[in-house]
Amino acid sequence: MDFNHNEDRRMLENTLSRYVREQYDFETRMEIAGTDLGYSAQKWAEMAELGIIGALFREEDGGFGGHGFDLMVVFEQLGRGIVVEPFLSSAILAGGLIAELGNETQKAMIDDVIAGGKLLAFAHGEPTSRYTLSDVTTTATKSGDGWVLNGHKSVVAGGDNADSFIISARVSGDRMDETGIALFIIDAGTDGVERRQYGTVDGYGAADVFLRDVTVKADALLGEDGGAFAAIEKATARAVLALSAEALGAMEVVKDMTLEYLRTRNQFGVPIGRFQALQHRMADLLMEVEQARSIVINAAGALDGDRLAREKAVSAAKNLIGRVGRLVAEEAIQMHGGIGMTWEFSMPHYAKRIIMLDHMFGDTDHHMERFIALSSAA
Amino acid sequence: MDLNYSEEEYAFEAKVKQFLGDKLPKRLSDKVKGNIRLTKADMEEWHSILNAEGWLATHWPAIYGGTGWTPVQMHIFEEACSAANAPRTVPFGLGMLGPVLIKYGTEEQKEHYLPRILDGTDWWCQGYSEPGSGSDLASLKTRAVREGDHYVVNGQKTWTTLGQYADWIFCLVRTDTECKPQEGISFLLIDMNTPGIEVRPIITLDGEHEVNEVFFDNVKVPVANLVGEENKGWTYAKYLLTYERTNIAGVGASLNGLEHLKVIAREQQKDGKPLIEDPYFARRMAEVEIDLDAMKTTNLRVLAAVQGGGAPGAESSMLKIKGTVIRQELNDLTRRALGPYAMPYVHEALDEGYNEPPIGPEYANPVSSDYFNNRKLSIFGGSNEIQRNIISKMILGL
Ligand SMILES: Cc1cc2nc3c(=O)[nH]c(=O)nc-3n(C[C@H](O)[C@H](O)[C@H](O)COP(=O)(O)OP(=O)(O)OC[C@H]3O[C@@H](n4cnc5c(N)ncnc54)[C@H](O)[C@@H]3O)c2cc1C
Repeated sequence: MDFNHNEDRRMLENTLSRYVREQYDFETRMEIAGTDLGYSAQKWAEMAELGIIGALFREEDGGFGGHGFDLMVVFEQLGRGIVVEPFLSSAILAGGLIAELGNETQKAMIDDVIAGGKLLAFAHGEPTSRYTLSDVTTTATKSGDGWVLNGHKSVVAGGDNADSFIISARVSGDRMDETGIALFIIDAGTDGVERRQYGTVDGYGAADVFLRDVTVKADALLGEDGGAFAAIEKATARAVLALSAEALGAMEVVKDMTLEYLRTRNQFGVPIGRFQALQHRMADLLMEVEQARSIVINAAGALDGDRLAREKAVSAAKNLIGRVGRLVAEEAIQMHGGIGMTWEFSMPHYAKRIIMLDHMFGDTDHHMERFIALSSAA
Repeated sequence: MDLNYSEEEYAFEAKVKQFLGDKLPKRLSDKVKGNIRLTKADMEEWHSILNAEGWLATHWPAIYGGTGWTPVQMHIFEEACSAANAPRTVPFGLGMLGPVLIKYGTEEQKEHYLPRILDGTDWWCQGYSEPGSGSDLASLKTRAVREGDHYVVNGQKTWTTLGQYADWIFCLVRTDTECKPQEGISFLLIDMNTPGIEVRPIITLDGEHEVNEVFFDNVKVPVANLVGEENKGWTYAKYLLTYERTNIAGVGASLNGLEHLKVIAREQQKDGKPLIEDPYFARRMAEVEIDLDAMKTTNLRVLAAVQGGGAPGAESSMLKIKGTVIRQELNDLTRRALGPYAMPYVHEALDEGYNEPPIGPEYANPVSSDYFNNRKLSIFGGSNEIQRNIISKMILGL
């Protein structure tokens, strides 16, 4: 056993960590998140240049990483900077699906994604689907040798700036069926595609996407017609790992800031860290964040293994991260007192991100339920 | 033991509901329900409607224009107001300064200030906390030095809620530095229009402007504005805090929050079925509901013990902790209930007159920002840690 990252990943970690520290400090981040665009094209290009997007793809797909631990390294650092650029939507989700299912022509798009030239987003969730991956009511109907799509995709991460969407739609079966779901690559400017762009409460970009008789050619189909569920599940597993690692990075920062505050804030003539009531809670934070790190390592290690082990590990991770995340975010604010409630201070923005991560690709309860179901399937 | 309201109390409840039905403007209750930002004018409007009815100062004795209600009546009133989505009254004059003046003020002060609180002439804010003095309030440094018939005040207050609207601020100031910290504090009433006062906004994590910093630079305050005796302010300050704590418990707000949550959980879907039927979610909801059931009775038990007026003692700390934890738990569950739609946030959508269609369900937009904003409940009015210290010391004798 060896709990150290290999040489390549340590380099990747150092590169990104230095970039975030030096080029993406809190003021910069808030400025970027506050722009109309919601992300910085320049920062995105710089990070692409550093190979950060490429690290999220396998060699055979044109990248130089793409394994569980690569995702962990990158997203932990992105979490440390609460970086708003669309790594998750463009590279992990949409890029991952193309890598998994794409034909040669479609896969050519990945080079553009890695270079930072093209932004993609995965439009899958719907207003009533909550976190259930097979709950798809958007329809795709055959028309000539092409397709016509109708539906409403909600809270599409990175959907605000995506050049193209990967859209899931039902070609057959009932609302909850795993079979009968297909994926389509559709340019955002296609007739009938309308998006409502907005920011999220934690400063990231998203959109609701409306599809009204969107007509596409046969070559828009990504993968097999009706057989996309397994790939969606796998891409989601990768996203869940990435988000868990991101939460871990953010929690590390919040934990360190809180510890620093306990050491330096004086009340009653002593640093507040001298009060045992707070010492025990700080000790709990340390312990739980270590637990969070372990569960992320477990999930990263299982990501490339067989389906059941992978799915159990990522659901375990997301459940634990959800629980620990809430504890860390709420306790950090509480132990900071009034300062923890302010916009000007960075910590609360980390806390907001940590809490909101529980709303992406399954919350604590969803993954608990899933973990139980997968356990009894074993 | 009788857990039912008496006939008179039921009659009172009916009267309150009738009043709310007749007099609460729908424009205001719609705003409260939709979590739309209330303007100063909105708050003043409701204040004056209650005043016209004589139902404004629920914690004041009748001779000063208060309702003189029993604790049970206050509870009935609060619950009905919350259920009807009435705006909460701004507490600084009514719930904080009023009781202090009634107990410790001179006749002239009562005659001058109390009617002005009631008729809305003076909007008050609370100048307790300072950058270096939060939990350790007694260490406060804002200095008041007596020069003839006035004090000269220098220093800074912070976290001053709605100070941007205030005409007056009641302040804890240091008038003696040569003694134990608690023994050199005085309670001063300061006109916000006095030269030398500057108010600067603090934006909270949800992007709102509800708190401020207030700076004092050689501010002249007439000696007549001293409440009680010089250097005895700590006693008055603590008396005020027990009122503040009891108000923060917010049982009515929680009951209303639970109803709102149930509506959302019935509407939200999980696997094609209402979320409220999901055993995981239902369990979380039931747990808070049970806590709240108990809390309602705890609240009434504590209030009944001080029947005949006054503020509860250290028991108010219990109400503050339990009450705020329940409110925060409800905020957490409401956020959870929304699933992914807890994320989109349009700041302007909480302004009156915003006309764009909502993103997702129409109730979604304010939910997460509300969850973040209400983290304050366990921090202000004496943090929940400080309340536990009070319980340990005052009730348990540890
Ligand atoms: C939204 C908001 C509105 C407010 N409105 C007002 C207002 O209108 N007027 C006003 O005067 N003030 C107001 N306050 C200030 C509020 O009362 C203080 O924030 C509160 O008293 C805590 O002080 P602090 O923020 O300095 O935190 P600190 O006192 O520095 O506390 C930091 C942490 O240490 C803990 N701690 C401190 N001492 C101990 C101890 N002995 N044992 C265990 N734990 C301890 C605290 O519980 C907290 O978790 C407001 C605050 C907020 C957030």
